[in-house]
Amino acid sequence: MASIKMRAKISDGVTTVKVLISHPMDTGLQKDKKTGKKIPAHFIQEVVCKHKDTTVMTANWGAAISKNPYLSFKFAGAAAGDMLSISWVDNKGEKDSTEAAIK
Amino acid sequence: MISIKRRIFLKGSLATGAVGIAVSTGLLTPGVSLAAWSKAAFEATDVNGGAAALYGSSSMDKSDKIKIKAPDIAENGAVVPVSVTTSIDGVSSISIFADKNATPLTADFQLGPGAEGYVSTRIKMGKTANVIAVVKAGDKLYSSSKEVKVTIGGCGG
Repeated sequence: MASIKMRAKISDGVTTVKVLISHPMDTGLQKDKKTGKKIPAHFIQEVVCKHKDTTVMTANWGAAISKNPYLSFKFAGAAAGDMLSISWVDNKGEKDSTEAAIK
Repeated sequence: MISIKRRIFLKGSLATGAVGIAVSTGLLTPGVSLAAWSKAAFEATDVNGGAAALYGSSSMDKSDKIKIKAPDIAENGAVVPVSVTTSIDGVSSISIFADKNATPLTADFQLGPGAEGYVSTRIKMGKTANVIAVVKAGDKLYSSSKEVKVTIGGCGG
């Protein structure tokens, strides 16, 4: 289940991390056009990114994040070749994680 | 412009794909807890309520050190790219609100030590509204807002 694509690039000591996740991010408000029933809410609640054992970023999300979420942030204190790990968990308890080396 | 960036990004991601596969086959188990996820904040129906539930306070100062990059007119409310950059020192959290959404809080980013004051994501907006960025630095809250006109709403259907 490779739902996460992450790329991290270091420049002048600052690492820029870009993440794309495949996820429906249903709000619970939308109706299924065929059945007329509401599509239940299904969205990512938490994304955690770690460098070594330090959490560099924790994102808490509501359903108002777009489908197939994109996320980008920057942090200092890493070196090229270091591994970054990222994981997400949604409101149904589904989760996924991956790792990428900083370039 | 956006699609070109995306293409480059996807290409770059393929290179690291092998590592990703190794991880997703079970070498790494995420120890995720949802302790930080505030149900009250995400279900609050106004910006002040959301901020109060999230930070314990809704008193914030307007700051011109926060820059919100978002389109003036969003053709599709389902995908509104928003970037927040701040030059305030000691930022511990950045949250993004869309004040006319049924539940205005869209996201809250807790930044660790060493993180720069920058986050970028894509949000859904029901209708034309102010995008409000709230930055927490030390014990104080700072905010800035930018109006985004939405031609097609993205929260229902």
